[in-house]
Amino acid sequence: MPSLGADMEFGTVVEWKIKLGDVVKRGDVVAVVETDKGAIDVECFESGAVEKLVAQPGERVAVGGVLALLSGRESSSPSPLMGEGRGEGGQLYAEQATEPLSPVLPHKGGGGQETIARVKISPAARAHAQKLHVALDALQGTGPGGVITLQDVERASNGASLLREESQREGGKVSAAADEALLSPSLPQKGGGGRASMTDTMRSVIATAMARSKREIPHYYLSLDVDYSATLAWLAKRNAELPIEQRMLPVAPLLRAIVLGLQAFPDFNGYYADSAFHPSQAIHLGVAIAQRGGGLIAPALLDAQGKTLSQLTEQLRDLVNRVRAGRLKNRELSDGTVTLTSLGEGGVDAVFPVIYPPQVAIIGAGTIRERAVVIDGKIEARPIMTLTLAADHRVSNGRSGARLLARIRDFLQTPDTL
Amino acid sequence: MTTEELKSTLLALLTDVAPDVEPSSVALNADFRDQFDFDSMDQLNFAIAIHKAFNIEIPESDYPKLASLAKCMEYVGNRADKD
Repeated sequence: MPSLGADMEFGTVVEWKIKLGDVVKRGDVVAVVETDKGAIDVECFESGAVEKLVAQPGERVAVGGVLALLSGRESSSPSPLMGEGRGEGGQLYAEQATEPLSPVLPHKGGGGQETIARVKISPAARAHAQKLHVALDALQGTGPGGVITLQDVERASNGASLLREESQREGGKVSAAADEALLSPSLPQKGGGGRASMTDTMRSVIATAMARSKREIPHYYLSLDVDYSATLAWLAKRNAELPIEQRMLPVAPLLRAIVLGLQAFPDFNGYYADSAFHPSQAIHLGVAIAQRGGGLIAPALLDAQGKTLSQLTEQLRDLVNRVRAGRLKNRELSDGTVTLTSLGEGGVDAVFPVIYPPQVAIIGAGTIRERAVVIDGKIEARPIMTLTLAADHRVSNGRSGARLLARIRDFLQTPDTL
Repeated sequence: MTTEELKSTLLALLTDVAPDVEPSSVALNADFRDQFDFDSMDQLNFAIAIHKAFNIEIPESDYPKLASLAKCMEYVGNRADKD
């Protein structure tokens, strides 16, 4: 069971994507594991033939626990036959990969394209089904593409009668009141409701990580107002010429500027462990994303260092889509080297963020808002975004932090350099 | 396309973009942002989905016209007629 962050202790096997005798390669997605952060695709760290699936679906496994046994992991032509290469059975270990994994490839085992169909279900519905002890394979998904929704879970459980009545009365439309009380994954928990478990678990996960951060990391904070007018003008011009699929959000130039800034100031990218800072060549830029229902998650844009603006935009879109669908990969949760938290849509001017351990820095972005600034002795209205930095004083100091923020600002104000 | 068909198509697109939103919970007139924390990425993805489904060009300045289900129905209804 891989660790998907310092705050994870257990994971529950939801589904195996492999079966006995399959040949798996390093980087293949082998299982789906349910964690406090949603369902995660677990990639294999070894290659070999599947000899035994130790953990059964539904089983809760501690981090570091054995999920499955592989045989002949070093063999270049692994045999799907059981027993071959027995004795050197490699285990799917929890260790974090120390070198980049190969990209995730579609599973192509000895059995051709014979993959097990995934149960499509929203994260909230999955949590609810577990709470109500509703078996997923017994559910009929009525959502888009056959996705099992909260309503389907409700329907399958004993609590379905109320909804069914409501549903009939409203001519097929469940009333808004029933939604709020029972169904909508979008509303905050209203106490006593049926969905307490998911939000509460995530709350306690966040609490553990943030308390550890504040206990162990000597934070210092810096803030810098960035005139965003050049960036916005450049963006508007660019977007006007592009088809809608390629249009960019204002966060994209910020992502790129941060990557470029971090390359110049490596003291903010990496992790702190065993009383030492371990800088990272790769920039796995975590992006804090609020989940409907009150959760918060900061999966990483892996290897953001080599990506163009367009690639980062596409990568962010993909990441957000998979957060919404509850389909993240383990490395995205475990390998972040720095984080961006953008509260731009929350309407606040600045955010003073808490570092996500073992990272050593987090950058905050506030709302882009017109403010009065003095330019050449005159007061002008300009779109301003306040950029903040919280960094680990064991690793860096305010002077280099200030230079990092200034560098990010300079990149943002000359968008052609991004 | 009838109003009901338009509505159900839009709802299907919406839940495609936001699979964690319960289609039956979507109120007609409330902004998506207020209803379920629709952020700018969700909004853009939804606009892309509408563009693809109805084959209409949607300039950036029109995004606010897609802020609620009722607004979407009006916008797409008008645009699809003209195009």
